[in-house]
Amino acid sequence: MDFLIFKAPILMVQASLDGILLGILFALIAYGMALQWGVMNIINIAQGDLVILGGYIAYTMYLAGIHPAWGVIVSPIIMFFVGWALYKLVINKVVDRDLFISILATFGIAIIFQQLMNFIFGADVVVAQSEYGTTMLFDNSVTLPNSKIFSAVVSILYAIALVIYMKKSRLGRAIRATAQNARAAKILGVDTEKVYAATFGINAALCGIAGALIAITLTLHPYVGLPYTVRSFMIVIVAGLGNLPAVAISGMGLGLFEEFADYILGTEFRIGAVFMLLVFILVYRRFKLSKKREYLK
Amino acid sequence: MDKVKQKDLILYSGLIILGLAAPFLFPGFKVQLTILCVLIVLAMTWNLQGGEMGYNTFGNILFYGLGMYLTASVQVGMFFPLAEWTESGGEKTFVHTTSQYFQGMGVGLLVAALVPTIIAGAIGYAILGLRGHYFAICTLGLGIAAGEIAGGIEIIGAGQGFTTPPFPKDIVDPGARGDFFYFLSFVLLIGTFVFIKWIYGSRFKLILNAIRDNEDKAEAMGIQTMKYKIVGWMVSAFFAGLAGGIMGGLIGYIDSTDVAFDGREMGVFMVLMAILGGKGTLWGPVIGATLFHFLKEGFWTLILGWQYVALGVLIVVIVIYFPEGLMGWLREKYPERFGEVIDEKDRKAQVELK
Repeated sequence: MDFLIFKAPILMVQASLDGILLGILFALIAYGMALQWGVMNIINIAQGDLVILGGYIAYTMYLAGIHPAWGVIVSPIIMFFVGWALYKLVINKVVDRDLFISILATFGIAIIFQQLMNFIFGADVVVAQSEYGTTMLFDNSVTLPNSKIFSAVVSILYAIALVIYMKKSRLGRAIRATAQNARAAKILGVDTEKVYAATFGINAALCGIAGALIAITLTLHPYVGLPYTVRSFMIVIVAGLGNLPAVAISGMGLGLFEEFADYILGTEFRIGAVFMLLVFILVYRRFKLSKKREYLK
Repeated sequence: MDKVKQKDLILYSGLIILGLAAPFLFPGFKVQLTILCVLIVLAMTWNLQGGEMGYNTFGNILFYGLGMYLTASVQVGMFFPLAEWTESGGEKTFVHTTSQYFQGMGVGLLVAALVPTIIAGAIGYAILGLRGHYFAICTLGLGIAAGEIAGGIEIIGAGQGFTTPPFPKDIVDPGARGDFFYFLSFVLLIGTFVFIKWIYGSRFKLILNAIRDNEDKAEAMGIQTMKYKIVGWMVSAFFAGLAGGIMGGLIGYIDSTDVAFDGREMGVFMVLMAILGGKGTLWGPVIGATLFHFLKEGFWTLILGWQYVALGVLIVVIVIYFPEGLMGWLREKYPERFGEVIDEKDRKAQVELK
């Protein structure tokens, strides 16, 4: 084997650390997707574009001279209202309908978002400098940007806060009740329309946080939303709906996969590898399920 | 019955004459007419999955892009070393003679039809076992993965793209290139239409509809649904591959994500066209594609820069408000025209119920 990563095992440590820290970020986006999928039964293709939009909010702050890390507080607030508006405009018409309609409709939204971001922020790859510096490990052979550690910590804090909110608050309980049985919840006095709007808003807010973190740690570009959608979709299928520890673990697994694919296959195949993994996971799942079906017969 | 047949005959011969005369009537729009033919083919083949079988695929772009790369690769590879061709950007170093060009094109199109068909058959068993939205997302992933992977392969131009052989210079008539591609795509269109019309009159279409309406029940009735699903997908792959091959030659330049595996444009267009016209009908995709193409070409230049925003809005509006498309709307309005007999009593009873 002629791969650099096998010649220099220290690169494996590098890839693993990068992968895990990145994976936590993916898990945050995936949690939002699981939330809306579980509650409203829609698949949001525009998920990744919401993430990128959140990132651009942090980037705009950076341009205005504010430290982009504040984006993790400002961006979710703005994105919550964006999500709410999006629900009122489009999403409320696709809830309760064929899943393919929600896929296509959100695909349309994704195209609109991409193009609008292209107009407003330009087609260049941008990054918001956090200037947090880097930590050197193992005799300077592993470099770890502090911004990545920051992003993982923020993601975990937000995830914990959200779990507590979902458990304790009135709205959180209403959301969980609606997810279990929308009709029964409605009969018992839950305003499901409001719950749906709030769920979509919370999902968009999560995307906003993740986007702000991506603006600091990675790069932003108007057209890179779809890979984030696919990543979160993958994590949700592997982990199942509403299982946060599983979401976190499969998020990290995906992060590891990507970093190693990056080293072994080369960066130009990275996104291709992500999409191929999606196909493999779905096909694997299909064969596993079909076996179960035969067994039941 | 005879009267209906006669009406059909007039309609079809009228359309064929119009198709044959079109490049001479509108010589300035030859390229647009060629694209229109290709779009109709793509919409019709998508309709076979999305409309008739109920498997909403985003993956037919895979066969389209494959066909495009295969035609060009074979056309070059038959006479010149492919790697050197792509490295030099396909310019001036190698020149196809007239006979080489057409031979290469012919063999290339043959390969472009067969290989995607075989691939569809090979991956069909794994992919078509997925249901509903899992199938949709999986095929979306396939199309994008293909684009990303093709963009990393050196021999077919990687990120810089692949210049297809230019039309032979020996043919001095300036309109020849346009005519050639137009009639090629027109023949493809007629072939596709005839084949799909034949499918519409066969048992195969009924089986596809049965799969759409309730796959488990169809299976319980003793239909080997998987076999029919795969065959249906292979038919689509065959025609989509050919369409891709023609488009590659027409555009003259292949880029992995912007031309060949162009999920953002062509991949969405085919779905949108079929839905716009009305999925699950023979004429729906034809009308949808024509209307879409006119709309697109008419307004694209007026709203320069905002095309994609308009496209996104169009998708959202069509999907939410007109999921049944034009034909579905007509069908609801004039059910008698579609051969549906409505019992007067029944209609009255329904009105009373409201």
